[in-house]
Amino acid sequence: MSNKKNWPLWEVFVRSKNGLEHRHFGSLHAADAEMALENARDVYTRRNEGVSIWVVESKHITASNPEHNGELFEPAQDKVYRHPTFYDLPDDVKHM
Amino acid sequence: MSEEQIKNLEEQFEARIARDEKIEPKDWMPEKYRQTHIRQISQHAHSEIVGMLPEGNWITRAPSLRRKVALLAKVQDEAGHGLYLYSACETLDISRDELYEQLHSGKAKYSSIFNYPTVTWADMGAIGWLVDGAAIINQVPLCSTSFGPYARAMVRVCKEESFHQRQGYEIMLKLCNGTPEQKEMAQDALNRWWWPSLMMLGPTDDMSVHTEQSMKWKLKRKTNDELRQQFIDQTVPQADILGLTIPDPDLKWNEERQSYDFGEIDWDEFWQVVKGHGPMNKARMKARVGAWERGEWVRDAAMAHAEKKATSLKKEVS
Repeated sequence: MSNKKNWPLWEVFVRSKNGLEHRHFGSLHAADAEMALENARDVYTRRNEGVSIWVVESKHITASNPEHNGELFEPAQDKVYRHPTFYDLPDDVKHM
Repeated sequence: MSEEQIKNLEEQFEARIARDEKIEPKDWMPEKYRQTHIRQISQHAHSEIVGMLPEGNWITRAPSLRRKVALLAKVQDEAGHGLYLYSACETLDISRDELYEQLHSGKAKYSSIFNYPTVTWADMGAIGWLVDGAAIINQVPLCSTSFGPYARAMVRVCKEESFHQRQGYEIMLKLCNGTPEQKEMAQDALNRWWWPSLMMLGPTDDMSVHTEQSMKWKLKRKTNDELRQQFIDQTVPQADILGLTIPDPDLKWNEERQSYDFGEIDWDEFWQVVKGHGPMNKARMKARVGAWERGEWVRDAAMAHAEKKATSLKKEVS
């Protein structure tokens, strides 16, 4: 294996049509952002899957650790009052 | 971590899979799960990449523009499928470079079917029809495998694969409706690709060392023998439509099983090819490694260019 610098890894996000959000499609290797875009076009949109592509170098993504999911997401778990069904209203009240 | 803690984690892990939960790359997983997935996903990726070679052989000699654009698109899809799978594999903490190194050194395997030569145009038909047909049967259950990135890659692959099989079958159909020589060419291709296609679905269940564990992890959802039977049952009627004869004198419909009985597979041949003694093993690896080495200066130049651009951009800013 050579000790030369390899092409970095990029994450690819594609908007499949206007009105929808960009969604993570996968990743690929490219020397720079421009090449990452071109490669993403060839690898992930060969059949009109998208109208817009974002690429971001994988190392720039900060991800939460699933091992900490307990502490991270627990605060939302006991707050049922954030949901409409928590509130008691008479059946006669319409459109609410 | 103590042994007991690991055992506890393993039990939770198995329970998650049993509940049909997906495993994502950053989740805790047993080392064996990780290794098994690296092995299978990379083998799959390597098969897509090496799988381009037998067909690449015919791109410049396709009999019409229609056939040529279809074959080009198919081979390009295979490159794409290889890339989806390599990036799924890389989420398991192994680099692309290491994966290539394993392929090039022979440490990693790829599907044995690609070690057979493509000697006539009819082989493009037989490969699309049989090899892609067998691949689809193998891949569809993997769309619901437990490892998220692999399952997502397989959904994409399966969506794209069905054109591959249809274009192959169309080639066969055209040849079978052509001159007697053309039909004979189609029969000859079927004769050569039938048995390797059956072998492609893997050793019989009693010989397959990985099946049991892989079934548990949903890395396999049907056994090799089940997949093979399914392939035979769906392919025989397709051969009938073509008016071709499956090269197996023992093939016969079993009313009771509602399935075809079939003849003995030559597993010696299979293992010979897996071990590197197939007709094209050396040529395939030579082509693959050669392409990688001849492309090195291009990869280096692109990297140097990117770095230079990044540096001059920094200077402009400051």
